Amino acid sequence: MVEYVWLIIAFPAAAFLIICAAFLPERRARFAPFVLITALSGCTVVALLALKAAAQAQHMPGLNEAVEAVWLEIGDLKISVGTLVDPLSATMMVVVSVVSLLIQIYSMGYMKGDPGYGRYFAYMSLFTTSMLGLVVSSSLLELYVFWELVGLCSYLLIGFWYRKPEAASAAKKAFVVTRFGDVGFLIGIIWLSRATGTFDFVAIEQLVKSGALASVGLTWIALLIFSGAVGKSAQFPLHVWLPDAMEGPTPVSALIHAATMVAAGVYLVARMYTLIQAAPYAHDVIAVIGGITALLAASIALAQDDIKRVLAYSTISQLGYMMLALGIGGYFGGVFHLVTHAFFKALLFLCAGSVIHALGTNNLSEMGGLYGRMKVTAITCLIGALALSGVAPFSGFFSKDAVLAAALFTPGADLPRQIIHYPLFVLALFVVFLTAFYMFRLWFLAFAGRPTEVTEPAQPVPTAGRGPRKRQQAKPPLTAVIEPVQHRVHESPKRMTIPMVVLAILAAISGLGLMTWFGHFLGQKYEGSHGMAGYLVMVVSSLVAFGGIWTAWRWYGKQAPAAERFEAMRLHSFLRNKWYIDQGYAWFVRQVVLVGATVFAWIDRHIVNGFVDGAAWLTGWLGARVRRWQTGQLQWYAMVIFLGVVLGVIAMTWLRVHEWPWGWSAPR
Amino acid sequence: MTTVSITHFLVLSALLFCLGVYGVLARRNAVAVLMGVELMLNAANINFLAFWKYSPSGSMEGQVFVLIVITVAAAEAAVGLAIVLNLFRHFRTIDVDQADVMKW
Repeated sequence: MVEYVWLIIAFPAAAFLIICAAFLPERRARFAPFVLITALSGCTVVALLALKAAAQAQHMPGLNEAVEAVWLEIGDLKISVGTLVDPLSATMMVVVSVVSLLIQIYSMGYMKGDPGYGRYFAYMSLFTTSMLGLVVSSSLLELYVFWELVGLCSYLLIGFWYRKPEAASAAKKAFVVTRFGDVGFLIGIIWLSRATGTFDFVAIEQLVKSGALASVGLTWIALLIFSGAVGKSAQFPLHVWLPDAMEGPTPVSALIHAATMVAAGVYLVARMYTLIQAAPYAHDVIAVIGGITALLAASIALAQDDIKRVLAYSTISQLGYMMLALGIGGYFGGVFHLVTHAFFKALLFLCAGSVIHALGTNNLSEMGGLYGRMKVTAITCLIGALALSGVAPFSGFFSKDAVLAAALFTPGADLPRQIIHYPLFVLALFVVFLTAFYMFRLWFLAFAGRPTEVTEPAQPVPTAGRGPRKRQQAKPPLTAVIEPVQHRVHESPKRMTIPMVVLAILAAISGLGLMTWFGHFLGQKYEGSHGMAGYLVMVVSSLVAFGGIWTAWRWYGKQAPAAERFEAMRLHSFLRNKWYIDQGYAWFVRQVVLVGATVFAWIDRHIVNGFVDGAAWLTGWLGARVRRWQTGQLQWYAMVIFLGVVLGVIAMTWLRVHEWPWGWSAPR
Repeated sequence: MTTVSITHFLVLSALLFCLGVYGVLARRNAVAVLMGVELMLNAANINFLAFWKYSPSGSMEGQVFVLIVITVAAAEAAVGLAIVLNLFRHFRTIDVDQADVMKW
C-alpha cells in the first residue's frame, strides 16, 4: 500500500491540469468542482489506507519507511524524493483530504456565479496538491519545495479578487511576511544538511538519536527551522499577515488559513520534534513564542468587529497553543489539537461564510438575531464555538486539556524548566477564558438578540450607471426605505450546509472518539491520565471556559453595561488596534528601512554606479584622443611604420649587447 | 685607388633607400610616392647583388631574388598606377594629402 501513496499527490495534480486545460472558461467552469471533488475522494481513500498501514506498521517496524527515488546526484550530494508514511503524516493526510473535500463541496455553493469560478477550483486543486505533498514529503528539501508552493497558492487565493486593492495588498503582505521566516528556514535546511549530509527525515532522526549531532549548533538549526514555522503558522512577531489574509474568499480562509496551510508550521515542528527536543533551549523558545502568540492573538480577538478577523486571531491564538504544547514536550497535545482545530476552525469559518453569504457583510455589529433564520448555521456554529472553547464532550476539550496537562506534568521537567512551564500553564488557562469569551461574544452578537436595525440607505433612487452598485439594488424604490437587512436573510443552500453539518459532527466527536486511540497511535500516552491531578486540570479548565462563556452571555447576550464600559476603555482601543503592532511595523519600515534604503540608493547611484560610469567615460575619453591618430593620411601611417621599424632595429641591436629585461632570453 | 669593396655597394644601397624613404614619406605627388617605393626596392636589389657577388658559395639565389623583385615591382607599379588613376578620377588630384577621407 505504502508504495502507492504518491497517488495522493497525483490525483489533485491531475485535477489541476484537467481544470486548467478544459474548465477555465466561464461557460464550462461549472464542471470544474466535480473534477476536483472526484480527485479528492480518491485522496481520502488513499489517506485512509495510509492511516491503516501506519497503524499496522507500529507492530512491524520498517513498513513506514520512506519510498524513495533519487532525484539528482551532484558529486557526493544525493537528493532523493519520496513519500513517508508514519502516524503523523498519515493523520495529516486524512485531515487535509477530508477537510479539503468538504470545503470544495461548500465552495460550489459559496462561489456560485463568481466570474473566476474555474480559476478558483484550479488554484484550490494546486493548493491541495502542494499541501498533501508537503505532508507526505520524506525529506526536508522536498518539504521545502511544497512549502513554497502552498505559500504561492495562499498568495494566489488571498488575492483571488485581485481587482480589490485590499485583497491585492493583503496577498502581497502574506507573501512578503512569510518570506522572512522562509529565509531562515532555508538557511536552517542548508546548515542541517551540511552537518548531516542528508535531507532525509528518517536519517536525520536516527542521527539525532545516536547523539552524533551534539556539536553542530543544533539549537541554531532548530531555531532557524522554527523561524519557517513562525512565518507559515503566523506566530508572533510574523503573525500580521494572517488577519489580512481574510480578504480572500471565506472557504479559502477555512481551508488554507485555518485548517491546513497555517498548521504546516506546527506540522514542521512536530516532524522535526526529535531534533528540537535534542537541541538545548530551542523548545523553550518555541514554547514561549507560542505562549506569547496565544495570549496576544486571543486578546486582540476580543475587540474585533469583523467576524472573519475574530476567527483569524482565534486561529493565530490556537496555533500558538499548539506551538506551546510542542515546546513544552506535549507532542501528543500539540498534534491532537492540530487535528481537532482543523475540524472546528474550518467549521467556524464555513459558518462565518454562510452568514456573510446571506447578509453580504462581515461586520458583527450589523448582525444579530440570525438564529431564527439560519438555524443550521447557528447550531453548527454553536458546536464549533463549544469545541473551540474547550467544553466537554466536544473535541476541543480533550485536545486543550492535553496541552494544559502537558504544561503541568511533562515528564522529566526539572526545576529550571518548571520555571517556564508553570507560568505558561497559567497563561494557557487564561487564554482558555479569553477564547471562550471572544467566541461566544461572536456567537451572541451574530445569532442571538434581535436583528440590528440596519436599514438600506434611504437615498433617492439612483440614476442608472452612477455610483457603485449596491447589493440587490434592483428593488422597487418605495419599499427600499426602511427594511432591515435581515428580512431577506435565509439559510444557505444544501451544498453549503451539508459540509458544515459533517464538520460539526467531526468537531463534536473527534475528541472523544480519538483521544485514547490517537495517543496510542502517535506512540505517546494521553497526558490527561494523571490521576486526581489530571482530573483537577480538566475541571479547572472547564470552569474557566464556562466563566468565559458566562461573561460573554452577560455582556453581549444580555447587553450588560459592563460591555459598554469595556468598549470605552483605553485597553479596548489598544486591543482593537492590534497592540499597534502593524503601526509599529509601518513606522519601522518608513523610518528605518526606507531611510536606510535612501542611503543605500544614493551609494549605489553615485559610488557603485560611479565606478561603472567612470570606466565607460574613461574609455570614451581615451578613445576621443587616440582616434586622432587615424588621420586618413597615407604618409602618416607610412611614417609610423617606418619609425616602428627603426625603433625595432635599434632595440634588437641594443639587445645583442646588453641584458634582456625581465629575465627574457634572446631568441636562439 | 683602392678596389671596390662590399662596403661601397652597401653605402650606395643605403643612400638609395633613404632617397626612397624620403620620396614615400615627404612627396605629395602620388606618382612620386610610387617612384620612392621603386627606389627602395632597387636599394634592396643592390644589396642582393652585392652579397651574391661577395659571398663565397657561388650559388645563384641572389640573382634569382633580384629577378623576382623586379617582376613583383612591375606588378606593384601597375596596381599602384591604377590606384593613382582612380584617385585622380575621384578627387581630380593626385595629391595624397587630399585623399584623407578615411579618418576619424
